[in-house]
Amino acid sequence: MKVSIQREFDFIEYDVDMNDATLLEALEYIKANIDSSLTYSSACRSGVCGSCAVRVNGKESLSCAHKLEDGDCVEPLKNVPILRDLVVDMDRAYATNAAAKAWLQTYNSEAKLTNEDEQINAIQSDCILCGSCYSACPVYAVNGEFLGPFALTRVWKFVSDKREGEPKEKIDIIQTNGVWDCTLCNECTVVCPQGISSKADIEKLRVKSSQFGYMDPNFGSFGGGFDGSPTF
Amino acid sequence: MKTDVLIIGAGGAGLSAAIAAKEEGVDVVVVTKEYPTRSQTCMAQGGINAALGNVESDSVEAHIQNTLKSAHGLADEESVRYMCEAAPAAIAWLESIGVCFSRTKDAKVAQRRLGGASAARACYAQDYTGLKILHTLYDEALKKEITIKNEKILLELLQDESGMISGALFLDIRSGAKERYFAKSVILATGGYSRIYGKNSTNSIKASGDGIAVALRAGAKLLDMEFVQFHPTGLKNSSILISESARGEGGYILNSKGKRFTNELAPRDEVSTAIDAEIKKGEDIFLDIRHLGEEFINTNLPQERKLAKLYESVDPVSELIPIKPVAHYTMGGIEVDNNSQTNLDGLYACGECSNHRVHGANRLGGNSLLEIVVFGKEAGVHAARRAKSMESHALASTKDDFLEQEFANELDFYASREMMGDILYKKVGIVRCERELREALAFVEESITKLPLMGPKDKSERYNTNLVEFIEFRNMLDVAKSVIKAAILRKESLGAHRVVEE
Repeated sequence: MKVSIQREFDFIEYDVDMNDATLLEALEYIKANIDSSLTYSSACRSGVCGSCAVRVNGKESLSCAHKLEDGDCVEPLKNVPILRDLVVDMDRAYATNAAAKAWLQTYNSEAKLTNEDEQINAIQSDCILCGSCYSACPVYAVNGEFLGPFALTRVWKFVSDKREGEPKEKIDIIQTNGVWDCTLCNECTVVCPQGISSKADIEKLRVKSSQFGYMDPNFGSFGGGFDGSPTF
Repeated sequence: MKTDVLIIGAGGAGLSAAIAAKEEGVDVVVVTKEYPTRSQTCMAQGGINAALGNVESDSVEAHIQNTLKSAHGLADEESVRYMCEAAPAAIAWLESIGVCFSRTKDAKVAQRRLGGASAARACYAQDYTGLKILHTLYDEALKKEITIKNEKILLELLQDESGMISGALFLDIRSGAKERYFAKSVILATGGYSRIYGKNSTNSIKASGDGIAVALRAGAKLLDMEFVQFHPTGLKNSSILISESARGEGGYILNSKGKRFTNELAPRDEVSTAIDAEIKKGEDIFLDIRHLGEEFINTNLPQERKLAKLYESVDPVSELIPIKPVAHYTMGGIEVDNNSQTNLDGLYACGECSNHRVHGANRLGGNSLLEIVVFGKEAGVHAARRAKSMESHALASTKDDFLEQEFANELDFYASREMMGDILYKKVGIVRCERELREALAFVEESITKLPLMGPKDKSERYNTNLVEFIEFRNMLDVAKSVIKAAILRKESLGAHRVVEE
């Protein structure tokens, strides 16, 4: 079986004699037997640590959850600096969590969470921070400061949690480089290995923003600028 | 770089320690060889114990007694009592920082019964308890503006002339540069060593016991290293965990003849031992959940079906799942006192790399997540207090010149690493005899002497994972040696350590 991997300067094709293997198993095999310099990230091997996301044939996938097929083409994630081969630097991507203040700001100890409350953000808290959504998001091509899909999903997780005593503060933060910058293209949803839709969470945050008196800045300027020409 | 408290490892224990130390008002730096949310903690599924009595009557005393019984007399009652009494407050704290626990109908934290517990005591967050606790601790660490340094692997603890620990030396994986961090207190939270069993472990490939090996080389005492918990239902080829719920929901364990041979609901060590005996008779072992029906499996065991299909290429609805017992949790670790301090001045330890004497010879399910939170915070507080009492940083130079030597690269360390895993699984596994332990020890000692003949093939300075894996292999050999030596010294069977006469 042939697999083509983007290395530092070029794609290199490897021939591995493996059936029913995951891509991660193939990477491990290549490193141990063919080329010890092949560089990739992995840890849990079972889809929960978020270390091994790459792009396979152009689509974001966890190496450990992708069954290797003949002719697969493997590349690192996009929108993040490549450190070596398939390893990318996630520092800036993860910094969006801090920028978005994705944490419980003020604990409301009176809040009693029921079964139904649990369901509201159970799936959002399944996020493994693999960065697939960040890689697939086209907004980064034009705005490097965008808070981005996973950080906004985390914000929704806390905003929708009855234990958060000050949700307004979170809503304030995501007005700039946040919910209104998303194009709702849904690429993040398509690639999420955990079935999370950041796009849907961003839409919910937009509704919440409206409830706090914020308006869609794109909508507000619709109808033309000062000279009468349309702006988008 | 200088800080008050240096924490090495950013899993549940390291982050709990960091948050607690920061709350004491000192400077904290956390260094991890991965990123925080990639740690082993994310793999814990079952739950975190606390005698809350939310779904049925329970008591702290019952929690203590269950823990002591599982520990087979090797735990310290005072330490167990401390942990179990602190458990309800630990859950309340996790609740207060936003952990998304599953809930009961009457708006309490839901609890379920795990093996060896007299009541439904494990608080859980769907099937992702560890993941959700770890990520919430990470969120809280960001809120507290704790400095986290990613992708730096520990090489050596720095000691001053009196032997006091005054910092650590790391390899920055990205640049290949060595970096010194000086601190008034150092906390090791580097995780367990199940990966000495190579591919025969459920654990993350990063569970190589680095902190234990480095502490050992600096003169730290280790305790009860021979106790390793084997989980009965790892997938045969990949060792990926099929959770206990498959048996709890009524799954059977069968041999090649299709016969059941053990009580599937017995404790982990008993089931593992029964399976091991069958395997040694030449049988293949399977988990059978076909009789539960597709609908039930999809509703109650969806994760298990997905894992079996993906990693073993069988569909449990119509096929048997090939399994074997695999290394899952290591009870042994760096010996610490009631303040989480090791025998080395200035060095603390918490989490799976430490031994707080709460698991003894066999850990009770649901106690590992509890331990990392309770003793993580404990270690953070004590390390911070020590740092506050110290006026200045002690300075020290490095002593370990292992990486400075010329490596001959005549032998392939990946091949040795694979052999180590298989030899340890076979000879230092579920059932042990002295002859095989000595054979395994001879292999490990020989491998240690042959390290200069191995070495990394990749000479890149930048992001050299071949070098990182070689460093981890060296650590695993040192840890394996102490596991085997401890196993040889313990002549009687106890808990997870089973000895047979030949």
